[in-house]
Amino acid sequence: MADKLRTLQNLEALQARYIGTGHADTTKYEWTSNIIRDSCASYVGHNPLLSYMSVGMGDSKEKVRTMMLEKMVRGAGNPPETQE
Amino acid sequence: MATTSHMFMYSLTIQPPTAVTQAVLGQFAGTKEQQVITASGSKLTIHRPDPTLGKITPIFSQDVFGIIRSLAVFRLAGSNKDYLIIGSDSGRITIVEYVPSQNRFNRIHLETFGKSGVRRVVPGQYLAVDPKGRACLIASVEKNKLVYVLNRNSQAELTISSPLEAHKPQTLVFAMTALDVGYENPVFAALEVDYSEADQDPTGQAYEEIEKILVYYELDLGLNHVVRKWSDPVDRTANMLFQVPGGADGPSGVLVCAEDNITYRHSNQDAFRVPIPRRSGPTENPERKRTIVSGVMHKMRGAFFFLLQTEDGDIFKVMLDMAEDENGQLTGEVQGLKIKFFDTVPVASSLLILKSGFLYVASEAGNHQFYEFEKLGDDDEEVEFSSDSFPADPTAPYEPVFFRPRPAENLNLVESVNSLNPLIDSKIVNLTEDDAPQIYSVCGTGARSTFRTLKHGLEVSELVESELQAVPSAVWTTKLTRSDEYDRYIVLSFTNGTIVLSIGEIVEEITEDSGFLSTAPTLAVQQLGEDSLIQVHPRGIRHLLADHRVNEWPAPQHRSIVAAAANERQVAVALSSGEIVYFEMDADGSLAEYDDRRQMSGTVTCLSLGEVPEGRVRSSFLAVGCDDSTVRILSLDTKNMLENMSVQALTSAPSALNIMAMADSSSGGTTLYLHIGLYSGVYLRTVLDEVTGELSDTRTRFLGAKPVKLSQVSVQGQTAVLALSSRSWLGYSDIQTKSFMLTPLDYAGLEWGWNFSSEQCLEGMVGIQGRNLRIFSIEKLNNNMLQSSIPLAYTPRRFVKHPEQPLFYIIESDNNVLSPATRESLIRDSQVQNGDALSLSPAEFGYPRGTGHWASCIQVVDPINSNEVVFTLDLDDNEAAVSVAVVPFSSQDDESFLVVGTAKDLEVSPPKSKGGFIHIYRFQENGHELEFIHKTKVDDPPLALLAFQGKLLAGIGPILRLYDLGVRQLLRKSQAPVVPSTIVGLQTQGSRIVVSDVRESVTYVVYKHQENVLIPFVDDSISRWTTSTTMVDYETVAGGDKFGNLWLLRCPNKVSEEADEDGSGAHLVHERGYLQGTPNRLELMVHYYTQDIPTSLHKTQLVAGGRDIVVWTGFQGTIGMFVPFASREDVDFFQSLETQLAAQHPPLAGRDHLIYRGYYAPSKGVIDGDLCEMYFLLPNNTKMTIAAELDRSVREIERKISDMRTRVAY
Repeated sequence: MADKLRTLQNLEALQARYIGTGHADTTKYEWTSNIIRDSCASYVGHNPLLSYMSVGMGDSKEKVRTMMLEKMVRGAGNPPETQE
Repeated sequence: MATTSHMFMYSLTIQPPTAVTQAVLGQFAGTKEQQVITASGSKLTIHRPDPTLGKITPIFSQDVFGIIRSLAVFRLAGSNKDYLIIGSDSGRITIVEYVPSQNRFNRIHLETFGKSGVRRVVPGQYLAVDPKGRACLIASVEKNKLVYVLNRNSQAELTISSPLEAHKPQTLVFAMTALDVGYENPVFAALEVDYSEADQDPTGQAYEEIEKILVYYELDLGLNHVVRKWSDPVDRTANMLFQVPGGADGPSGVLVCAEDNITYRHSNQDAFRVPIPRRSGPTENPERKRTIVSGVMHKMRGAFFFLLQTEDGDIFKVMLDMAEDENGQLTGEVQGLKIKFFDTVPVASSLLILKSGFLYVASEAGNHQFYEFEKLGDDDEEVEFSSDSFPADPTAPYEPVFFRPRPAENLNLVESVNSLNPLIDSKIVNLTEDDAPQIYSVCGTGARSTFRTLKHGLEVSELVESELQAVPSAVWTTKLTRSDEYDRYIVLSFTNGTIVLSIGEIVEEITEDSGFLSTAPTLAVQQLGEDSLIQVHPRGIRHLLADHRVNEWPAPQHRSIVAAAANERQVAVALSSGEIVYFEMDADGSLAEYDDRRQMSGTVTCLSLGEVPEGRVRSSFLAVGCDDSTVRILSLDTKNMLENMSVQALTSAPSALNIMAMADSSSGGTTLYLHIGLYSGVYLRTVLDEVTGELSDTRTRFLGAKPVKLSQVSVQGQTAVLALSSRSWLGYSDIQTKSFMLTPLDYAGLEWGWNFSSEQCLEGMVGIQGRNLRIFSIEKLNNNMLQSSIPLAYTPRRFVKHPEQPLFYIIESDNNVLSPATRESLIRDSQVQNGDALSLSPAEFGYPRGTGHWASCIQVVDPINSNEVVFTLDLDDNEAAVSVAVVPFSSQDDESFLVVGTAKDLEVSPPKSKGGFIHIYRFQENGHELEFIHKTKVDDPPLALLAFQGKLLAGIGPILRLYDLGVRQLLRKSQAPVVPSTIVGLQTQGSRIVVSDVRESVTYVVYKHQENVLIPFVDDSISRWTTSTTMVDYETVAGGDKFGNLWLLRCPNKVSEEADEDGSGAHLVHERGYLQGTPNRLELMVHYYTQDIPTSLHKTQLVAGGRDIVVWTGFQGTIGMFVPFASREDVDFFQSLETQLAAQHPPLAGRDHLIYRGYYAPSKGVIDGDLCEMYFLLPNNTKMTIAAELDRSVREIERKISDMRTRVAY
C-alpha cells in the first residue's frame, strides 16, 4: 500500500514539475495541445531547425520564432465543451 | 564486434558550421581590447577584431559537443575581465572564461538545474545578466525561470549561488532582458503570455482577450528571494526587449518592440511609443508592418542610443529624450522617444557595436559583415519621428510613417567574412582537371544568394611577376652580412650562367662586382659567417669575402660537384664520384676542408644540413640522399665525423632533402624534422632525433607527378616547408592544434621556390614558373578552403550539372517576394503617376515583398570559364520551382532535357498548393541557353525528379510516377503510391529506386520492366524526416533528416535478392504487408547526431588517391564526412580513445558526449572524429595520461588521428 502511495506521489511530483506528464484521464485535447507546444518549443530551441523553416517560409528567424511562440499560446485551439 | 554494428564510420568535420546563433562582445582577455565570441552550432569561437586593419579574425574555436542556445557576458564589479555564461542543452549553467595565455576556454562553474535536452520547461533558452554582474536569470520558453546570484569570495574567485526559482506555470516567455538599475536590487524584465484561461474556455473568448504582459522580476539581495515586482500589459504582438541604461547613465526601463511600433516602458515612467517607419516606393506595400528582429544598445560618455533592425534589414536609430530642469540638469524623467532611418545592412542574428567604432553583423544568412562607423547619423537629412505625435496606448490607432531607403551613409563595409550558411545543395565534381575534385554549392537566401566553389588550398597574394630572358633553373635569396634584416640579393641560376639581382626599392641586375661566377650555373648560395658569401657551382666553391677578395676551392680533377648544402657555418658538397667533402668555418672566417672524404655507395642526389642550432657551433647532422633510394644521416660531430648514424630506405630516389625544426604538437615545443622529396612525387616527413640522429614517425603524402623540391620558408612567423611538385604545397603547423598540415597553394605550379624577405614583404617567397620570376606571400593559414562566389537572383533550392558541359542549372525561388513582372508593372504604374523611380540594389535592400507571391527562376551558371550567370529564365504565373533533373529520354534518341518541377500558388505552412507543373527545356548553345518545350500539369507539386532508364520518374505527393516525353506533354507510363506522405527525394541503381518521404524515412521500390509496375518492397521502422539521401551501394542508403541525424540503412540480403528475382514480381505484390507498411524492414547500420541539418550527401573521393567516403553538407554551412574503417583494430583504438577523451576532458558546456551524439536515437557505428581531434588541444600532461591509458605514445596517437583525416581529406 505504501508503495502504491509513493508511486502516486512520485507521479504527482513529476506532473507538477514536467508539464505534459500524462495521467489516466488525459484528454485528447490536453494531449494534442502538449504535442503542439512541445514541438514548437523544440523548433524555437533548435537553431538549425528554426533557420531551415525561416528559409522555407522566406521570413526572418525572429519572425518565425515569434510565430512559433504564438502557436504555443494557441495550443490545439479552443478546448472542447465539457459535459457536466 | 558482438554487441555492436559490423560497420564503423569515422565522422569528421571538414568545415565547421558558419551560421552564428548568437554573438557577444566583451573584454575576455582582461585587457582593454574587445573580443567577439560567437556560437555556431556546437562551436564556440572567439574572434579578435583588428581596428587598424579593419579585419576580424578567429583566434580560437572549440567544439562544446552540445547545443549552444544562448550566451551572456558579465563582469564582476571592480574586475576588468568578462566572463561568459552559456545556456545549452545540458540542463546546466556553464560559466566560462577565456585564458589568453593558453588560448583556451576554461570552465569555472557548471551547475545542474534540470534535465538535459532542448525542452519546453528546461531553462536555457533565455539568458539575462544584471549589468553590474550580480545575478543572472536563465529561463525556459514556458514556466521555469532560475536566478543565480554571482559573487566573489575572499580569494576574488567567482562564486555562484544555488538557484532561486521564479516559476509561473502555463506562462510563455517571448523575450527577456535585465534592467539596468545601477546598484539597486537586480531586476529582470520578461514579456509573458499566460495561456491558462484560454485553455479552459471553449468559446475562444479568453484566447481573444489574452494579453501580453511586461513583467519585472526583482531579486531581493537582502532576503535572497525573487519577487514579481511589477507587470503591465503591452502590445499583443511584442517580440523583443532592449535594456535602457539606468543608474547614472539613463532612466532605466526597457524598449518593447512589437509589430509596427516601439514603446519605452518602465514602472515609474510614462510610456512613449513610436511607429517603425515603413519603406516608401512604388513596389512597396504601404500596409505591410515591420517588426524589429535584432538590435543593439550602445552607451558612450553619458549618451546612449539604439540601433534596431527590421526584417528588411533597415537599421533605425532610436534615442530617448530626457527632461531637464531649469539648470539644464537631467531630472531622470523621459520626455519622448525618437526614431530615424540609419542604414541598411543584411538581416542579423546579432549586432555588436565595438568601442573602436565598428559594427559586427552576424548575418542570419550569407556572409557576416564587419562595418566601420563613418558617422552616427547625428546631423543628416533623415526625417526623425518623435513619440509626441503618437499615442502611447498600445491599442490606439495611428497613421503609419514612411521613409525612403537609400544607400549606406553611416556605415562603411570593411570586411565580409565568408559564410556558407544556409548551404542548400552541393555537388562534388572535378571540373578544373586538378588532382582533387571541387565542391560546388548553392548558399544564401534572397538576393544575397550565391553559387560558391570550394577548393582545398591556401590563398596566395602575388607581389611581383616578371618574365626573364631565359628559363632559370633555380633561384636563391641571400643576405650579405649576418646582421642584415632583409635579403639583399636574388641569385638566379641558368643552364649556362648565373645572374645576381639586388633587392632595394627596385630589383635590378648587378652586372659587375658581385663577385659571383656568372659563367656557370649555381648549385647553392649561402651567407657564411659574419659577412661573407659562398657560391657553389659545378666546378668548385667560391668564397666571397667582404673585402671583395675571392677564395676559390676547385673541385678535384675529372670530378664535378653534383649537390651541395650549406648553412651559416658549414658547407657540404657531393662530387660526381660519390664522395662527400665537408667544410667548416674557422675562427678567422675561412673555410677549412675536413681531412677525410666520405665515399657513398651510389651517386648522391641531394644533401641537407640543418640550421645551426642556437648556442651551438655546428649542425650535427648531414642528410645524404643517394640514387639507391636511401637517405643516410651522417654525423658531423668531431668525435665521429661523417659516420653513419641512421639510414632510411625509400620507394624511389630522393630528389630533395631538408632538415628543419618545426613546431610540434606532441612535444609542445619544436622538433627537428627531415623532409624528403622523392623523384616519384612522394613527400615524406620524419622526425630526426636530435641526439641519436635516428629517424622515426614517417608520414607520407603524394604531391604530384613531378619530382619534389623542398625549401624552407617562413609564413606567419612560423617555419614552414614549401614542397613543389606538379602543384605547390605548403607544410605548416595548424595555428590552433599545432598539428602538421600540408595544403596546396592556389597558385601556378612552381619549379623552384625560396624564402624571400624584404622591407615591403617580410615573409614572402620567390619562385620560378617557366620563364617567370614570381614573388608572393601567404597571408592566412587559418583557412585552407578557398571560396569563390557568383551572385544568384533568389534563394536557390536545388541544382544539377549539365551532362557534359561544366555548367550548372540552379532553380531558385523566394516566397512572399514580388515577381519581376509584378514589380515592373508596379513601377510602370507609378511612373505614369509621378515619374520617379528609385532603383535600389536588391543585394543590399532585398526584394519588395508581397504575401502569397513567389519569385522564381532558373539560372545557368558557368563557374569555370566566365565565372558568372550566363542565362536566366524567370518563371511566371506564381509558379515556384521545386525540383530539377537532367533526363535523357530514350524515345528522343537519348537526348538530354532539363526537367523542372514547379508548384503553383504554394503555401509553405501548412503545405498547400494549386497543383504543380513539370516543365521540359531543351539545351541550346551547348547548354548555355534553355528552350521551353512544354509543361504538364500534375495534382501536387513534383518535389522529386529523377532520370530513370530513359524516362522520367517523378514523385508527386505520395505517388511515384513514370513519364515518357510526348510532343505536347509528358505521357504517363506507370504509377504507384509508394510512401505514406510526400516523396521528397529519389535515388536509383539498376531497377531499384530509393524513395525518401518527407517524414517516413525511405522506401525501396523495384521497377519490373516487363509488367511495367513499381513495387515498394522494403521500408524503415522509424519515421525519419528525410532531407537528403545517397546510395552508397546497391543495398545501402545514407541519409540525413531535419533533426540533424545522419544514418545508413541497409536492405537485408534475402529481401534484396527476392526483389530482383526474375519474373513478374507477383510474389512481391502478394506478400502481406507488415504493420501497414511494406512486407520488410531496413536494418539500421549507422546513426549519428550532427546537430546541423544535412542538405546533401555524396559518396565520393576528396583527394587524389583517397578512398571513397561519404561527404555531407549541412544547412548551417557544415561540411563533414564519414570515413569507413578498414580494420577492427583501428575501431578498438578509436573507441577507447573516445572513452578516454570524454572522461578526461568532458565537453565544455556540460553535455555528456555520448548522449549528445545520440540525441534522437542512440549513436551507432560511428566514432566521433571531432572528439578525437580534441586530443591535439589538450595540455601535455593530459595527453600523456591518455597515451598511458591506451598503452601508446603521444606521437603515435596524434599520428593515427591525423592520418584518419589526411588520408581521405584535408
